[in-house]
Amino acid sequence: MRSKTFGGFAEAVADIPDGSVIGIGGFAAPGTPYNLLQALLAQGAKNLVCVANTTGGAHQPRMPDIAMLVENGQVRKVIASFTASTRPTDVIPFTKYYEAGEVEAELVPQGTMAERLRAAGAGIPAFYTPTAVGTELAEGRETRVFNGREMLLEYAIPLDYAFIRAHRADASGNLQFRLTQRNFCPLMAMAAKTCIVEVEEDILPVGSMDPDNVHTAGIFVQRLVKIPAAPDGIWPVRRQERAK
Amino acid sequence: MSGTQKGWDRQQMADRLAREFQDGWLVNLGVGIPTMCSNTDLGDREVTYHSENGLIGYGPVLPAGQEDLHLVNAGGQNVSLKPDSVTVHHADSFAIIRSGRIDVTVMGAYEVAGNGDFANWKVAGQKGGGIGGAMDLAACAKRVFIILEHVTRKGAPRLVPTCALPVTARGVVTLVATNYGLFAPTGTGFRVVELAPGMSFDEVRAATGTPLEA
Repeated sequence: MRSKTFGGFAEAVADIPDGSVIGIGGFAAPGTPYNLLQALLAQGAKNLVCVANTTGGAHQPRMPDIAMLVENGQVRKVIASFTASTRPTDVIPFTKYYEAGEVEAELVPQGTMAERLRAAGAGIPAFYTPTAVGTELAEGRETRVFNGREMLLEYAIPLDYAFIRAHRADASGNLQFRLTQRNFCPLMAMAAKTCIVEVEEDILPVGSMDPDNVHTAGIFVQRLVKIPAAPDGIWPVRRQERAK
Repeated sequence: MSGTQKGWDRQQMADRLAREFQDGWLVNLGVGIPTMCSNTDLGDREVTYHSENGLIGYGPVLPAGQEDLHLVNAGGQNVSLKPDSVTVHHADSFAIIRSGRIDVTVMGAYEVAGNGDFANWKVAGQKGGGIGGAMDLAACAKRVFIILEHVTRKGAPRLVPTCALPVTARGVVTLVATNYGLFAPTGTGFRVVELAPGMSFDEVRAATGTPLEA
């Protein structure tokens, strides 16, 4: 089998073409692929569609995030469950570019986004959900009544690439996540043609992971990069509220 | 409680709603004041807190230096594990929500209407919004409790006949705690369940934008 292990982040993202749809895992810091985002900023692919829970930048210290890709002129559209802060007084970095019309956005309820990714990874083109029925998000869209309840039609979100972060991997791409690091990562992996993983621990030889304790099977994973120790690799630190 | 107290502070609003939690409930707390429900002493009642990022069962936020950077709640705070805590991925976390297994979700809001509608994801004139897990939770939890200040900073009522802002879900709100008391939507207005200390019915009615029943 061809090795899935890449020597560095630049090499792992080198072939990503303009116009790619890229899912970025993570919820707050856990699972967020900071090293891959940094490599994509340097790589420079344009007209990207980025799918993630948030656009980032809400806390200090600022880590590589989607708003930086937007700022760098690389993003055409963002699909996220937050395109603004929930606190009107708090303006996130993405807002400036969104309000200026420099980037499009599709706002999606978080559970719907998770299920749209899962569906893409499971060969299901669309599904019905009760979420967002009766809201502005459902205006003009197809609904259908099941068991007396109105449901909204939602479509799968297939990805060209997934960027995720895992705690442990073996060379065949089997993954384990630690605690709340899992979040969207397994779903992004399944939804993507090419899943690229930044791995916290040394990549293990094939056969050294218990098959009963694999969270994402290697079949869903194409590329692995071990995160080097800081300062060469990016590791989360305790976050603080962003300075106003 | 002091004799001169007027209304509830934020922790008291959270405490009042938390006292409605029943033994064995699975509870989802929104970011902000709702999080304060987890500070309430519930005696021998045990509830499990669900966090949308796939954390089922968590304990208090840990002080600096003791936190595990792989473990956060929905607000991104570094919480602690309980003996029965478990982590799942996002699709499973929202499967728990969508399938009706959450006994109550507690959320903040900008406004809430007597017909059970509420709005909490987009303010007037804003491009975009912050939905997070709110629409899934509001549509699918068994009960929706709302915590909000009774009036805006400019004094306008937040308990209204119909929401002016885009709604999060329709007809779902079960119970509302404000700094003035505890209220239940009636379909056409609100009923007072309990007044906060120092608040009179007439005073609260004057600050409410829709019919209020004693």
